[in-house]
Amino acid sequence: MAWGLLLTIIVFIGVVGYVLGSARAKKQSASVAEKPHSRAHYHGWWVFLLAVLPTLLFMAAWSAGSYAYVDRAISERMPEQTADSAIASRSLALGMVRNLATGLRRIEGDPAFAEVPKSFEALRPVLAERGVALASDTQDYMIPIALDLNAMQDNAALIGTVIAILLSLGGAFLGLRSVRPRGRARNNVERIITWGLLAASTIAILTTVGIVFSMLFETIHFFRSVSLSNFFFGTVWDPRFAAAGAEAQEGQFGLIPLLAGTVYIAFVAMLFAVPVGLMAAIYMAEYASKRVRSVVKPLLEVLAGIPTIVYGFFALVTVGPFLRDMSAAIAGGPGFIQAQSVLTAGLVMGIMLIPFVSSLSDDIITAVPRAMRDGSLGLGATRSETIKRVILPAALPGIVGALLLTASRAIGETMIVVLAAGVAANLTLNPFEAMTTITVKIVNQLTGDLEFTSPQTLVAFALGMTLFVLTLGMNVFALYIVRKYREQYE
Amino acid sequence: MTDAVYKGGDAPRAAARRDIGIKKRYAAEQRFRMYGIIAIAIGIFFLAALLWSVVSNGYTAFWQSSINLDVTFAENVIDPDNERATDPNALLTANYPKLATDALVAKLGVDPENRKLVREVGGLISNGVRTQLRDMVVADPSIIGTTRNVWVLASGDVDSAVKGQVNLEVDESRRKVSDQQLEWMRTMEADGVLEQRFNSGLFTRGASSRPETAGMGVAIVGSIYMMLIVLVLALPIGVAASIYLEEFAPQNKLTDLIEVNINNLAAVPSIVFGLLGLAVFINFMHLPRSASLVGGLVLTLMTLPTIIIATRAALRAVPPSIRSAALGLGASRTQTVFHHVLPLAAPGILTGTIIGLAQALGETAPLLLIGMVAFVADYPTTPLDPATALPVQIYMWANEAERAFVERTSGAIIVLLLFLAVMNITAIILRRRVERRW
Repeated sequence: MAWGLLLTIIVFIGVVGYVLGSARAKKQSASVAEKPHSRAHYHGWWVFLLAVLPTLLFMAAWSAGSYAYVDRAISERMPEQTADSAIASRSLALGMVRNLATGLRRIEGDPAFAEVPKSFEALRPVLAERGVALASDTQDYMIPIALDLNAMQDNAALIGTVIAILLSLGGAFLGLRSVRPRGRARNNVERIITWGLLAASTIAILTTVGIVFSMLFETIHFFRSVSLSNFFFGTVWDPRFAAAGAEAQEGQFGLIPLLAGTVYIAFVAMLFAVPVGLMAAIYMAEYASKRVRSVVKPLLEVLAGIPTIVYGFFALVTVGPFLRDMSAAIAGGPGFIQAQSVLTAGLVMGIMLIPFVSSLSDDIITAVPRAMRDGSLGLGATRSETIKRVILPAALPGIVGALLLTASRAIGETMIVVLAAGVAANLTLNPFEAMTTITVKIVNQLTGDLEFTSPQTLVAFALGMTLFVLTLGMNVFALYIVRKYREQYE
Repeated sequence: MTDAVYKGGDAPRAAARRDIGIKKRYAAEQRFRMYGIIAIAIGIFFLAALLWSVVSNGYTAFWQSSINLDVTFAENVIDPDNERATDPNALLTANYPKLATDALVAKLGVDPENRKLVREVGGLISNGVRTQLRDMVVADPSIIGTTRNVWVLASGDVDSAVKGQVNLEVDESRRKVSDQQLEWMRTMEADGVLEQRFNSGLFTRGASSRPETAGMGVAIVGSIYMMLIVLVLALPIGVAASIYLEEFAPQNKLTDLIEVNINNLAAVPSIVFGLLGLAVFINFMHLPRSASLVGGLVLTLMTLPTIIIATRAALRAVPPSIRSAALGLGASRTQTVFHHVLPLAAPGILTGTIIGLAQALGETAPLLLIGMVAFVADYPTTPLDPATALPVQIYMWANEAERAFVERTSGAIIVLLLFLAVMNITAIILRRRVERRW
């Protein structure tokens, strides 16, 4: 709230600076004979940037710094943690104080509570009425600390606001003073713009770094309580959510059954998608008339535009029951295909992958130079012979790359397997039974209430890391192959 | 490649042609061609099966069985002890379902003393009637004591039975609708009391454990919030990044690194972005769980590569002569890009953005991890309030066991697919109409 107001003030100062700056520049250029270097609005923008940018940077730094400072001051005031303390960890206690502080904000200024209740028992119903639920083991001694926390935050905010406004005014003043006919305002503004553009494009790097680090930290956390061999070589998946207060049971975190399920389902999907997608691409690139192509290609691309949750539902409601009933009809008794099975998930995932295979292969097949095709046809080969003996071998590296990209998508696919593959971590070769995947388990372990301390939750990050490394490796390799191939014919 | 065909005539005299297996090769050619046609047919068949499965399951969700009742807002039921002036909760906690049951009992001519029958009559009406009548009374307490004509929702089981989704041949004890209730249903249908009415609640209501009162209003609002956040963040950042990479970036290690990163991010599994959002936005930055702001941020990161790739293609399509002309007339590089290149590339950028947004709209997996799987009954007023999203709502309904939820799920999917279709068709039209070919 206060930040919003402050931001408005600063932008307002900036806008005033813009108006004054451009007016000043205009006046100067009218009175001075020499030709101005930059047009008037560039001077205005430069004043605006000087008034706003440094202030924004300061505000970001200040709010982060004051948060850390208050945090430290508060933790110093907390009593020593003892082994038999009711509250498990220091960070938990800090969280309680913060929660209390937000709650106390709500009754600030309320004449009924000029005197803040001294005990948690008295405070709890009051705050609950105002929509702040306190943890049940909040202690009485936390109340004065929370009050201090609010006071400190208020102070920090006040000082920050004053400095920010002064900084902004100072920036505007400096900017206005620098308005001169030969002032290089345009170059300055353009340099800032270029920096902004560069900053925007580094977001891609930041995202990757964020992914790697966030998962790395939690994964390291996880491996502090679970051994590497338990995770990487374990064949049993049984994380066992320990009930609160109960004897913590160490679960089994075997990756092998999940990895096997992931790879198996992806394999079934590829088994279905690759022949269909590849043949469709070949037909469209080599045989289909322009009219057929203009109808069929968009139709297949519709398949790529359908959200995966819809495929999952299709598998759950239509394909799974259909396969089960069909197998029951064949067996004449209970069906041998379960409704949730490797086959169901693989088949539906295969449908999803058809457009990927076909559009990627289509690009690669059409990239094969015309001369190779004509040479083969001129020697009397039929079209299919040309395709099989000349075009496909020439396009092979590209197609392999495309298939790798598709496989990486199959491994990372989530919604279809969540709904169609089942949750039991089986280790089986029978495609008619249910198996589960890495992605399913990530979703299972992280939906619902969770805390970031138990290995049951953290294992999701270890699984995510495995998935990320796996798909990243495949992608990098695939992109390398595709690029290499493209260079060959360019 | 036409061969001269031998037209017959005095066949024995013709020179014997050397057999080079032409027939076999042509047969192989035909077979190969067939494989292609079959592959395409398989693809189109599954597309049709998928759409048919969704539509045939879901079109009934847009109609809902409702019962027309003359409800008497009897004071002795709503406020028997006459304490509504003093106790604000009196009107909120009153026994409203009884009003509806009484009205239906009167309409069907059932003996009000027969408690078993009265309970069965009550089972015809959805429990949602409680909030419906309560809202009427709270909005206008003066209707207490009067009789109003209202349409109330029939219960989910009745609705399924009316729509023929329940097998009525099985024994009475094994289905949820009794023979007696079926008989009433038929008489009410004949009298025009029980009717299929347009299900506006599907679009306005929030989460509910009862299928007949479950709606995707909250999910639609949540999705709209997220799309706005994605648009506001991903479009400027994506365009800025593309401009830098296409127009300004020097050939160096940093540029290469950015390029490789963008290409890889486009192929990272979406669930990994969910883990990122959980660890960074929720665990580290302490943003609230289930908030559409977090969802929007995660989807922004996911959509950025799509928008960047599309924008770069659009910028590349602007011919260099435009740039040379602007530079030649004395414009700076920044001016050239922002005044000349960008406006010309705008339609292409817009198309790419719409496609990116459509992708983000259908994305589910990362949203599951940041707590969007939530039972949210109230509309979120800000992006910081708990909300859910359209595809997540579909996921939650797909996990419900009741038959009526299958219908709802498919209905929600139809709505989602319609949204996506509109977005994609807009993109296609833009591409055809506005985009300039050089």
